[in-house]
Amino acid sequence: MSEGATNEYWRWPESTWTNPDIDWKKGTLITAGVDVGSVSSQGVVVVDGELYSFGNTRTGYDSPDSARKSLTMALGKTDLTLDRIDYCIGTGYGRVNVPMAQRTITEIACHARGANFMYGPEVRTVMDMGGQDCKAINCDEKGKVLNFMMNDKCAAGTGRGMEVFADLIEVPVWEIGPRSFQIEKEPPMISSTCVVFAKSEVVGLLEEGVPENDIIAAYCAAMAHRIMELLNRLGVHEKFVITGGIAKNEGVVKRLEKELRIKTAETVWYRPEYKAYPFDTQIAGALGAALFAEAMVRKGKAQSVRKA
Amino acid sequence: MRAYYGFKDGSGDWFICIDTDQCTACGACVEVCPAHALEVGENEYDPMSEALVAGVKDAMRKKIRYACAPCQPGYGEKPPPCVAVCEPGAISHSEAWRQLYGKK
Amino acid sequence: MIVAGIDLGGKNAHVVVLKDDEILAKGEATTGIQKAAAAETVYDETLKKAGLERTDVERMVATGSAGKRAAFADGVIPDAAADVRGVNRLFPSARTVIDVGAEEGRAIKVSPEGRVLDFAINEKCAAGAGTFVEAMARALEISVEEMATISLKSTKSIPMNAQCAVFGESEVVSLIHQKVAKQDIAKAVHDAIAGRIASVGRIVGLEQDVVVIGGMANNKGFIDALTKEIQIDVIVPADPAFIGALGAAVAAASGVLDEKVEATVVEQETVTEGEA
Repeated sequence: MSEGATNEYWRWPESTWTNPDIDWKKGTLITAGVDVGSVSSQGVVVVDGELYSFGNTRTGYDSPDSARKSLTMALGKTDLTLDRIDYCIGTGYGRVNVPMAQRTITEIACHARGANFMYGPEVRTVMDMGGQDCKAINCDEKGKVLNFMMNDKCAAGTGRGMEVFADLIEVPVWEIGPRSFQIEKEPPMISSTCVVFAKSEVVGLLEEGVPENDIIAAYCAAMAHRIMELLNRLGVHEKFVITGGIAKNEGVVKRLEKELRIKTAETVWYRPEYKAYPFDTQIAGALGAALFAEAMVRKGKAQSVRKA
Repeated sequence: MRAYYGFKDGSGDWFICIDTDQCTACGACVEVCPAHALEVGENEYDPMSEALVAGVKDAMRKKIRYACAPCQPGYGEKPPPCVAVCEPGAISHSEAWRQLYGKK
Repeated sequence: MIVAGIDLGGKNAHVVVLKDDEILAKGEATTGIQKAAAAETVYDETLKKAGLERTDVERMVATGSAGKRAAFADGVIPDAAADVRGVNRLFPSARTVIDVGAEEGRAIKVSPEGRVLDFAINEKCAAGAGTFVEAMARALEISVEEMATISLKSTKSIPMNAQCAVFGESEVVSLIHQKVAKQDIAKAVHDAIAGRIASVGRIVGLEQDVVVIGGMANNKGFIDALTKEIQIDVIVPADPAFIGALGAAVAAASGVLDEKVEATVVEQETVTEGEA
């Protein structure tokens, strides 16, 4: 896949946000989390345990660069600088390449912690689908991992699987969900598990003249099915939530709910005072990392590295 | 906590499961594994805990199906070395092995 | 007696026309989506090469994942059955057959009489078959042949982390960006797939002689990597991609139109709840 491709159908848009109700200068403990994914990277800053800012950007070929960029984006509209941060934790697919992090934590632990903060202490199962993996995590009321299962070996049932498809039919990912419901009848799902073989199957369907929206529905259904298999292997308990880019694809989410016969939680902040803030499911990992950083420094498990 | 290392693809589930609550980090499984797939280290999934546990090495996680295959033929007759040597019974393999490669 | 065999695979079709023990003609074509039609075309074209018509053929047996789509076939036999017949015809000493095509990779344990004793297959995942190599060559922006050639020049062993054709492509691209030499990447690609095929082979036991067939057997980089991985000098017949079709023709000559392969190792789609 050439980075310089003019068509980026398969990437969610970038975003950044700063909390207008927090003045970081009045904060005691400022921590950061950086989640470098295969497709997108996020930087999150937490001040005394509250979400302060985040940046969500596309991962380039250089993981350290992407790490820097996402944190710079998070700091961008503020006058907070890196040397005022007490502790930074890296996570994600490229977590060994986060140069400004003092340590790294697996994305499994970070997503559980982040989901707990975003969706609340009733969360018991988190499904996160990133660019190159899909994880099912069971956690307790504090967001601690009880067990988990991850697929990061096979593109089927990962963001990449959806990207390959979006690229093939030239439809942006944010349109896939809505268009998958503009059909008359739910078609049978794409039968090939393997994304490579599924691609040939899709080409065949296109050549047969099957309407595009039907193919989109069939692909979303197949993806929902893969996720369901992973989740059922682990056991799904309510409150069931979804993080990562896939949460924004209702074509997959709604079909997953149907297969599981469990509704996913609404994508709104648990804390009522956060109601007006943007709820970006992709920041869960970085947010969890920043919260771990906060807990570790506060409990004396880690030393602040603040320079200024 | 049950950590499942491995993956699922169209051919089945290929998981090693390590129950970190049972694991004593004795390292016996690490020694007997012919593929050197295991190691003892920090519990990655509980960053606030100090306890050491066994786990599948990062580099091996995606290769479980292939790494474990030599120990699998005959599964059902006798368990793979890592399972056999684990006293608390903290380590196990998913059913796919038995279904796919268990003779008879 | 003139017989014929057709191997209709995931990507390519191969045809062999046999008279007694002599191969009269061979034909191959990429089948595309319309496999049935492509099969008709390649069959007729191959017959024409030998100056024959369909009526000259006493019996015609098909094999391959799309074998049933050959409407003109008198019978269809499983790939493993065709493979062992083809190999046994050429190498009666063969005890293991490794067949790697575009979409499937299989290892077959062969009896001294040339019958299937056991087999293991990967057919659900592109990373265990030729498609993987093609995808990686695309990422390197060179042909599969060139990739095989340069891989033999590499002296390094860079492990590939990706176990998937899709992820592998991204990994290759990022290796290129890290300025890793193309020949070293090429070697990594061949090592990766050789490792996977070797594992499938170990399931049935790699008893010698080991014969490698299927389109991938044409790939020198793969054969070199496989040989080093299993530490066995494998036998690769000429035109290895035609052996399945040859075996189908041999079956036709023996009047075998149908066969059940007895294997204790069979790939399944779903599994029941695992151990906790």
